[in-house]
Amino acid sequence: MAKITMVEAINMAHAWEMEHDPSVVVLGEDVGINGGVFRATVGLQQRFGATRVQDTPLAEGLIAGTAIGLAAQGIRPVAEIQFMGFIYPALDQIASHMARLRNRTRGRLTCPLVLRMPHGGGIHAPEHHSESLEALLCHHPGLRVVCPSSPARAYGLLLAAIRDPDPVIFLEPVRLYRFIRQDVEDDGRALPIDSCFVLREGSDVTIVTWGAMTVETLKAAEQIAAEGVSCEVIDVASLAPIDFETILDSVVKTGRLLIVHEAPRNCAVGAEIAATVSEQALYDLLGPIRRVTGYDTVMPLYRLEYDYIPSPARIVDGIRSTLAE
Amino acid sequence: MLMSAHTVAARFEIPYRACLDADGNPIGPLPSFAQDAQLLRDMYRMMVRARAFDAKAVNLQRTGKLGTYPSCLGQEATHVGVGAAMDPEDVLFTVYREIGTKFWRGVDMYRILLYWGGDERGTLYERCPQDFPFCVPIGSQMPQAAGAALAMQIRGERRCALAFVGDGGTSQGAFYEAINFAGARSLPLVCVIVNNRWAISVPVERQTAAQTLAQKAIAAGIPALQIDGNDVLVVRETVGEALERARSGGGPSVIEALTYRIADHTTSDDASRYRTSEEVQEAWAREPVVRLGRYLRARRLWDDAAEETLKRECSDEIEAAVRRYLATPKQSTDAMFDYLMAEPPASLQLQREQARRYAATRG
Repeated sequence: MAKITMVEAINMAHAWEMEHDPSVVVLGEDVGINGGVFRATVGLQQRFGATRVQDTPLAEGLIAGTAIGLAAQGIRPVAEIQFMGFIYPALDQIASHMARLRNRTRGRLTCPLVLRMPHGGGIHAPEHHSESLEALLCHHPGLRVVCPSSPARAYGLLLAAIRDPDPVIFLEPVRLYRFIRQDVEDDGRALPIDSCFVLREGSDVTIVTWGAMTVETLKAAEQIAAEGVSCEVIDVASLAPIDFETILDSVVKTGRLLIVHEAPRNCAVGAEIAATVSEQALYDLLGPIRRVTGYDTVMPLYRLEYDYIPSPARIVDGIRSTLAE
Repeated sequence: MLMSAHTVAARFEIPYRACLDADGNPIGPLPSFAQDAQLLRDMYRMMVRARAFDAKAVNLQRTGKLGTYPSCLGQEATHVGVGAAMDPEDVLFTVYREIGTKFWRGVDMYRILLYWGGDERGTLYERCPQDFPFCVPIGSQMPQAAGAALAMQIRGERRCALAFVGDGGTSQGAFYEAINFAGARSLPLVCVIVNNRWAISVPVERQTAAQTLAQKAIAAGIPALQIDGNDVLVVRETVGEALERARSGGGPSVIEALTYRIADHTTSDDASRYRTSEEVQEAWAREPVVRLGRYLRARRLWDDAAEETLKRECSDEIEAAVRRYLATPKQSTDAMFDYLMAEPPASLQLQREQARRYAATRG
């Protein structure tokens, strides 16, 4: 078993599924000979040929729309959008068609496909390369939105996404692509989609987060453990639909909830989690739900990006604020 | 004085084709299928059928029995000619007016009424199960058609995707992105631009300064031509050639069919606000159904008795479809949840039950 990075795990999942399911086709900008700008698809065109790994013209709406046509015809497309900041031209295809095709044809036509894209900041990239726009997608019924936080979860969840009978938006946190190496067995085993992962068990505070923010959150939990505060850290992983059962069970146990995400706070996924927990577990809460998030500003250019992305220090303060009452 | 050297980098032209003049007289030699009297009569019957259904649908809307409806009046030759040119194995992507094509491919009138009557079951096409439903966001069907064509190419199939788009639709980026991709990959895609002159209230001259819409395909490296879209013979011939070329690996085509939207944009529109009645009267003089009827009668392929029989058959079929439509109960509220995903998320169970409960209180 090899120790590999998240981007290598993503590549490995592609290769496994292409080897075992001849209907899987990869498409996107620069995914062929170049292997994608992050090398997530490196070597796939050489191994599986240019018919199954297709470079498309530079048009995100076309990539999403082409994937819909392919999927309805029985191909399993795994399409890459180069950066999440470039998702906007594809939104019409995603919202008006991808998310709705099964419903509007009463199940006659379906759209099993994966639309992968790098998510979030932290790698000193240019403007429009660091956005966290998951709320735009989670708002649309009919879509799954998944965001892994480790090489093993990236491998298992991408396999699950490709095998899912419905469209899955797969968000890949850029600063985790090469952050750690982990043993990942190339055994083709998918992880459960629509499920949270408990990354750290604890009894005083529940912290829910996802993607790259799991790293800062686990650091903060470790720091504050020295003060005797026991944090339970949950990686939401599937942002739509959300596994509220796991989150609510944890909140009932700890009585306190902190939500941490990189995206701006306003109308974000964290707001939905806070509202649902308030509706369903208010009397189990010992104090107000708190949020530590990106600011409601434009994602700054990279000199300020780590002032924007919640730091372990901000998260530690957030944990303290949940304990204050 | 220095001057840069000038040569021609590329030169293009857009051919125009027609078979019949506005009175139904042949302009030149006719395609060989014009010898097939049965096909000609079938195309005429389908055009009459589409027009009769269309009139009934408008009437149902006016009497409160159907939702907003977009009439196809005047465009029957383009729609039926395309249907007649396609193979059953091809896949159709429409905008929202092309009932003549859908009827030809076996979609029941009842389904069309259900769709415009506010019921998703109107997209259940039993006889052409791979065809896409109507596409309301303008131009957005085009990349999907390119995707279907790519699937056919990947599998090496002798099939073709056919996509309609309107004159307004050619202003959308999605139109250009799709034909550009189709050209770059030589995809089996035929795009028929239905130039009916009006995108709601905006005439085609205000959409573009291009002399033709067909020439937009030149920028995509695709063969393009313009045809008389009110002449079902040239539609059937030109689209048939393009489909056959695409199925044989010869790549995509773009065909601009010139026609006219005689009706309002939809039943919610009033076209007298933005165009003259003289213009509409002129369009009636070029309309497609009478034209083909004259040609058939001149060839003794049609007569008053045949017309009477056809009208009666259409009327019976339409009345039966309307009766079935009006007798169809609305879906249960569960239908909103049942088709969202293969397995609707557990978190929706409460909402499903709530919808049931309130539906029960509405009686």
